[in-house]
Amino acid sequence: MERTTIDLWVGIFAAAGMAAILGLAMKVGNLTSSSVGETYTVTAAFENIGGLKARAPVKSAGVVVGRVDGIRFDSKTFEAVVTLKLDKRYPFPTDTEANIYTAGLLGEQYVGLEIAGLEDSNLKEGDKIKRTQDAVVLEKMISQFLYSKAAETPTDASK
Amino acid sequence: MTDNIVEIDNLSFGYKGRQLHKGINMAFPRGKVVAIMGGSGSGKTTLLRLIGGQLKPTRGEVRVGGKVVHHQDRDGLHTLRRKMGMLFQFGALFTDLSVYENVAFPMREHTDLPETMIRDLVMMKLNAVGLRGAAQLMPTELSGGMARRVALARAVALDPSIIMYDEPFAGLDPISMGVVCNLIRSLNDALGATSIVVTHDVHETFSFVDYVYFVGNGVVVAEGTPDELRNSDLPFVHQFVHGEADGPVPFHYPAPDYAAEMLRGHNV
Amino acid sequence: MFSGLLTKVANVLRGIGHKLVDQLWRFGGAVRFSGYVLLYSGESFRRLHLTIREIYFTGVMSLIIILVSAFFVGMVLALQGYNTLQKYGSSEAIGVLVALSLVRELGPVVTALLFAGRAGTAITAEIGLMKATEQLSAMEMMAVSPIARVVAPRFWAGVISMPLLAALFSMVGVLGGYLVAVPLIGVDNGAFWSQMQANVDFREDIVNGVIKSVVFGVACTMIALFEGFDAPPTAEGVSRATTRTVVNSSLAVLALDFIMTSFMINP
Repeated sequence: MERTTIDLWVGIFAAAGMAAILGLAMKVGNLTSSSVGETYTVTAAFENIGGLKARAPVKSAGVVVGRVDGIRFDSKTFEAVVTLKLDKRYPFPTDTEANIYTAGLLGEQYVGLEIAGLEDSNLKEGDKIKRTQDAVVLEKMISQFLYSKAAETPTDASK
Repeated sequence: MTDNIVEIDNLSFGYKGRQLHKGINMAFPRGKVVAIMGGSGSGKTTLLRLIGGQLKPTRGEVRVGGKVVHHQDRDGLHTLRRKMGMLFQFGALFTDLSVYENVAFPMREHTDLPETMIRDLVMMKLNAVGLRGAAQLMPTELSGGMARRVALARAVALDPSIIMYDEPFAGLDPISMGVVCNLIRSLNDALGATSIVVTHDVHETFSFVDYVYFVGNGVVVAEGTPDELRNSDLPFVHQFVHGEADGPVPFHYPAPDYAAEMLRGHNV
Repeated sequence: MFSGLLTKVANVLRGIGHKLVDQLWRFGGAVRFSGYVLLYSGESFRRLHLTIREIYFTGVMSLIIILVSAFFVGMVLALQGYNTLQKYGSSEAIGVLVALSLVRELGPVVTALLFAGRAGTAITAEIGLMKATEQLSAMEMMAVSPIARVVAPRFWAGVISMPLLAALFSMVGVLGGYLVAVPLIGVDNGAFWSQMQANVDFREDIVNGVIKSVVFGVACTMIALFEGFDAPPTAEGVSRATTRTVVNSSLAVLALDFIMTSFMINP
């Protein structure tokens, strides 16, 4: 086979391969959205994070604004300290509340930021979010529900 | 010193516990065509590989142009090999390259000649073996004799001073054999090279070589010009030259006594 | 009686030992061979057309099988995934499932397995035959290193081709999954892509996938080259070497995949 034909085919192959990697990055991955852009890091302490994992999304009003960077246990306060990486484009006031939510009934857990909007100053690199709300643990909820049912039952029976 | 371009001095070689050569002495004078003959499996091809430095002798040495082959480093060996051309038993043409590219291969690898000059040289070499018209064919499209001739053109592409032939007549028809005989002689004389021909075809070889070494049992058993050997009364040479089935080279591979072996079967 | 048993046991042990020593020798040979290939790699970049030619034979010639397989794998993933996901009422997550399975695992792994079968065997057979017909010896006698001229360009061609093939596999697989999920099953187009983009991370998923495929490229090509170079120069030897290429490459790919995945997934 002619060398020029081979060169042409290899050129097409290489270009298509590169395009595929780029396509994966842009269309399939999140290179265009957040993560690679500039970020700032804040922390939040929770008594219970449930099934939250590193890399879980951080959402505000349903929009992904950052990711969970790391989770560690603070042995002084006995709390879980969650590090959040937030997109520089989205500033949040210092009185923002961090909640742990579950997507759907059994979906993955994510951090939701809710804004009270009373303060003017914004969160800076290294700040700590003071107001937090723990994850709802399903087992706890079910057992509470069952206990309350159990407590109700005798009165029901007496009727 | 002598005018021998290749000298083999008390050479021994063996592998896997089998001793192939036991102290061989040979000399190849400049400008001559010398044949190494012997039965199948007598280590003739191995001798060529030892000369080319692809194998290392266990004892003794091979000197090419006064340099001991197995003392050379990689670069020294490559310098030596660039003076050598070798024709392999079945040609060993590169199957993914055309006839033209096969002959051009050594030139492209070792020289920076412009394409036009490479083209002229390749055509000249192919013309010398009579295959200029086959330049664009692929090796698979050639007959055995043609492949051998292309390989010969490739072996002499860089005008070597030593040309080695490994069984150049194996599997050729009588016409191709005659062609190859003439080519070996004429190329040798035209290039002023030295040729070493490994073969067991007595009659073709005796018709054009200057000197012959007979190898058997790991040593040189006889040597001389074709005429001397034809009239030799050494039993081995007589057997070989006249193609007798039994003689000093036994018909049977070494085996235990036949009768004893037959009887042993009944005792198991 | 007892001593007879003892010799039998000794023979079995000797057999095992012999096999083990043989394998170790071969492995040592393979390592040394790899070292030589890397050492003589300069040539394949100085004379780039040698490598480009081999990219054509390993990469471009494998395209059809890779792309067709990718398309079907993507479609099957979407069908199976939808079937399971809809039981939990989260059928929009189909995009995530297809994309993550492909980018992280199936893209690199299936590409490497197909590559071993398509390009690896071709490399082994070619090199084995070149050895059997004394072409490599002839090259050596022409003062040309077969490793630099024949082996190294094929090695780099394989290493370059594999990630490109794997990326194409993932891309076409996602496309196949899309075609089944959106037009055929009727999952929402927006949800399909947005869920995918929200959950596929560039660094953690895509770059790791590319790293995997580069490692597989090194392993598959090196195994194919070594088996060819090491093959006994007979018809039987070459055919056995070709079989060994497929078996060893597949095992190496799956084992390496497990090792790399365990390092890449942070607990």
